[in-house]
Amino acid sequence: MPIHEKSLIRPENLKTHEQLVVDGVDVSGHWSTFIQSRVVTDYNEALQEEIAALPGGEHIHRCWQCGSCTNACTVNAVNPDFNPRYWIYLVRMGMESELLRDKDIIWQCVSCNKCTYACPRDVVPEGVMKALSHWLELKGHTRKSPSMIFDEVFTEQVIQRGRIEEGRIIQRFFRRTGQALGQDWLIEMGRRLLRRLPLGMLTRLGLASVRAPRTHGWARSREALREYVAEEHARQRRALGLSELIEGAQRDAAGIPHA
Amino acid sequence: MSDSKADKYRKVAYYPGCALEGTGHAYDRSTRQVGKALGLDLVEVRNWNCCGAMEAKNIDPKVQTYLSSRVMSIAANEMGMDVVMAPCNGCYHNLKKAEYDLAHDADSAQVVGRLAEKAGETAYRAGQVETIHALEWIKSAIGEQGLRERIRGGLKGLRVANYYGCMYTRPRHIFPEKDAGPGSESTAKPHFMDDLLAAAGAQNVEFALKTACCGGAHTLSDSDMSTRLVLNILQAAEAAGAEVIATECPTCHSGLEMHQVRAEKRFGKKTQVKIVYFTQLLGIALGLSPRKVGLHENVSDVFAALQSRGVA
Repeated sequence: MPIHEKSLIRPENLKTHEQLVVDGVDVSGHWSTFIQSRVVTDYNEALQEEIAALPGGEHIHRCWQCGSCTNACTVNAVNPDFNPRYWIYLVRMGMESELLRDKDIIWQCVSCNKCTYACPRDVVPEGVMKALSHWLELKGHTRKSPSMIFDEVFTEQVIQRGRIEEGRIIQRFFRRTGQALGQDWLIEMGRRLLRRLPLGMLTRLGLASVRAPRTHGWARSREALREYVAEEHARQRRALGLSELIEGAQRDAAGIPHA
Repeated sequence: MSDSKADKYRKVAYYPGCALEGTGHAYDRSTRQVGKALGLDLVEVRNWNCCGAMEAKNIDPKVQTYLSSRVMSIAANEMGMDVVMAPCNGCYHNLKKAEYDLAHDADSAQVVGRLAEKAGETAYRAGQVETIHALEWIKSAIGEQGLRERIRGGLKGLRVANYYGCMYTRPRHIFPEKDAGPGSESTAKPHFMDDLLAAAGAQNVEFALKTACCGGAHTLSDSDMSTRLVLNILQAAEAAGAEVIATECPTCHSGLEMHQVRAEKRFGKKTQVKIVYFTQLLGIALGLSPRKVGLHENVSDVFAALQSRGVA
């Protein structure tokens, strides 16, 4: 498997000995650096199916590892550890523990869709990145990412009222992620904006913050969307075998023997 | 450009979207003013809802499909319109994506049908309306020649970097009308904004990051990443000799404005290039007052920059 853009030798696996003699041969010093071998034993054979069961992951099986996605990737250009091609490879091989080494950066996909544009096999790597983030959170490998919290705050408001109001979203997001609203750059932006007194805009933003914008007659859409999201999320948990786990734990707690 | 298209786009359903009601107010204002100055008719979509932006799809993609299709359904079934114009890249992208999914994926159509029925609405059927961006709207309805005839003042060789962002061209399959031969828009190297601003008297600079990502999806949730991505764009524009960056998306626009300030505050990187909506530039070139196109609502001081160039 050619993995040109990524070294599989980890710095911690490079071993150099100050003083070492093996079978009468002096192998001390940097010139005979050893590479400690890696052994992967805990394959999750269902990993690809689990990712494919989540929205966005449906086409992961099409990948032939050309690397166009990583080559095109916006985030990879900033952080070379962000590597969609490699993660798709790990999922398809079932190498769960290897994937988990990168669990804290996978959510950073910015959805620019350059990968999806470049992919010759219509894998939709952008969707796969979202499916991976969901999987990590659903399985409890990571806490909810800031991005997921933002998506939830935003979508809750859309489902609730049909429209969003940016001020509320920002406030709620900062509160849920424990950040102060008085960020230096936010204050500076306000200062620059106020210099030219955009009265029309200020009145409009002010009004919107008091009287939240809404779509009229939205109640039935709200109900339909809530019902649908609940159904879908339950289906996803079942696909990952999470509902059985929860039911099993509940039965154990109640002292009911397993069938 | 065929005349039938020009006629078809003279009167369109206008979908401003949530951002244009809030921080993107100047884009809404300048779009309406430019439309008026060009004799084009905008009829706002009645009782519209949010398209789902970049967030709803991460909760569930079909939630976004339903939200976007509802907007198109109102335009088609309640207003009898056949074209929806969205100036926001996010809205434009989502409506196009919903259109594609409903035409190609039976499951999407089934879910949207079920949601619409529960909500007591007429479900949208693929093909009922054509969704276009504000760039396509002006380019097809007026064209460069038409624009040249209406210019009063013009942009006097203002050096502009045209920034289109991600959602106007990617992913390619939801834009079947692009990359379709002469006259059509290109997904690799879009040029509609370049064409319109050149006709208005701007001097477009060679700008390699036209479709680079500003990190808009994570502007608040991964701000350092967004600041770095935006800084790339700002510095590339300055290196290309641009005085202003013209934008056609409220998320890109406010992202560029916000992270320009943030790069200064957090990374100590100051950039001088000003951020301005392409509709604001067109309005100024058409002789509208800076206030009419909302120049005073921009964070970067584009007003002063245009004044010193004798443009505004």
